[in-house]
Amino acid sequence: MSTWLRTRTAWWVLLAIGLLPLLSLVWRTLTDQLGANPAETLIRATGDWTLRGLCLTLAITPLRVQLGWPELLRFRRLLGLLTFGYASLHLLCYTGFDMGFVWADIAHDIPKRPFVLVGALAFALLLPLAATSWNGAIRRMGAKRWQALHRSVYAVAVLAILHFWWMRSGKRNFTEVWVYGLILAGLLGWRVLRRMRHP
Amino acid sequence: MLIRSSDAGFDHPVPSEITSRALFESRRTLLQQMAAGAAGLTLAGWAARDARAQMKGPGVLPVLSAVPSTVAGAQTMDKPTAYKDATTYNNFYEFGTDKSDPARHAHTLKTQPWTVEVEGLVKKPGRYGLEDLMKWSAMEERIYRLRCVEGWSMVIPWVGYSLAELIRRVEPQPGAKFVEFVTLADRATMPGIRSSVLDWPYVEGLRMDEAMHPLTLLAFGMYGEVLPKQNGAPLRLVVPWKYGFKSAKSLVKIRFVDKQPVSSWEKAAPQEYGFYSNVNPVVDHPRWSQASERRIGEDGLLAKKRKTLMFNGYEPQVGQLYAGMDLKKFF
Repeated sequence: MSTWLRTRTAWWVLLAIGLLPLLSLVWRTLTDQLGANPAETLIRATGDWTLRGLCLTLAITPLRVQLGWPELLRFRRLLGLLTFGYASLHLLCYTGFDMGFVWADIAHDIPKRPFVLVGALAFALLLPLAATSWNGAIRRMGAKRWQALHRSVYAVAVLAILHFWWMRSGKRNFTEVWVYGLILAGLLGWRVLRRMRHP
Repeated sequence: MLIRSSDAGFDHPVPSEITSRALFESRRTLLQQMAAGAAGLTLAGWAARDARAQMKGPGVLPVLSAVPSTVAGAQTMDKPTAYKDATTYNNFYEFGTDKSDPARHAHTLKTQPWTVEVEGLVKKPGRYGLEDLMKWSAMEERIYRLRCVEGWSMVIPWVGYSLAELIRRVEPQPGAKFVEFVTLADRATMPGIRSSVLDWPYVEGLRMDEAMHPLTLLAFGMYGEVLPKQNGAPLRLVVPWKYGFKSAKSLVKIRFVDKQPVSSWEKAAPQEYGFYSNVNPVVDHPRWSQASERRIGEDGLLAKKRKTLMFNGYEPQVGQLYAGMDLKKFF
């Protein structure tokens, strides 16, 4: 397994899997299988996949260390960029399909639904991470500074859960919020514990 | 496209604007042909979406025949929502809070036998069977807009009669100022009752003049058939100028009272939901705007939301009920 993970094929396979949700959404859009409220379905699906992507990206390091598979590291960037891609689509679906790109409506909507602002903030924090995801950026910034910058992904995780919780608070439907929250808390907790053991 | 209707209550088209019946009908055929294949695989579904707008159900449930209503405002010119959308996307918290939950879980609802208890300040209280209630007045078909407080809307052809007919029959006492509606809360068949989101049973209320308004409908069916379980079978309230949650489903009790009832939503979040809950584009929900709405099934994904109308477009019929009232205060 760990030798196969080193191959180029493995990278392409992961990319293909990562694009499957997008393909499925495109297919359902073209064939009108998004249900009664297609805009809402697209916004929710892209949001769900962003959360899943965030969990998977943050799971790479714990898995790499616990399983002793250093090869996993080479997938972290791909997963991170896929997550950024789904987050971008999520934002695009909101501004485009929900708000029809009417900025006045968006400006009116944000103070009414502060969770939109929390989501926008999380996205804003993702932007520099995506922009510095290439090898040259690490070289230019220096590994230490690059790593410090990329730790803001933890803030993104916290904001994403807050965004999701706030959205769901209207109907007090928190089951999925708990699931994602506990997964992300576990992944962050693992890092805290590791820090404490190896300061 | 403007479609001429007998009721010109709200829109007043000039004759030259009115689409002829033949042209209107040929448009639907064209859309169906598009959907059938000419447009190819992609986007055919979207054309079908428009052509699917319908007045009749798929014929699975028993037919409930009715005559078109002559009540002013009861025949909206808007295009009816597809039956599939109206029966798979709605709120009925007793079966779960997601809008896909009612269609998935409501099959457990037992609608036979069914009785409605009429009690309180009324001369003829009693427990009335569904079969009797269905005979109390002639069934009418009414095409109403339905605006959900969440910001989406549909157009639904209901079957039923004015609640006023029932009220007249049971003869309220002079002291009766409000009507309270209590809906079924059966732990065994309604999985949503376990949730603490609302205080069960679900309770709604109307002022007596609102309850007596001819547009206030006691519905037994939709799309020419009896009500599907997920839409509030076997009988429900439909108050088209108020947000959808005022139209209580699966009624078991109608109570005539002298004090303003406290509805379930008022109890759950008094700062967000008032007793009146009239559709009003200028009074926002504290957590979102009510200025516009997404009409379910309307055009494509990029269709703009439509402006929400005062009293959901029923202002000519019901505006006078609220004359002089501060609707920001009495939301």
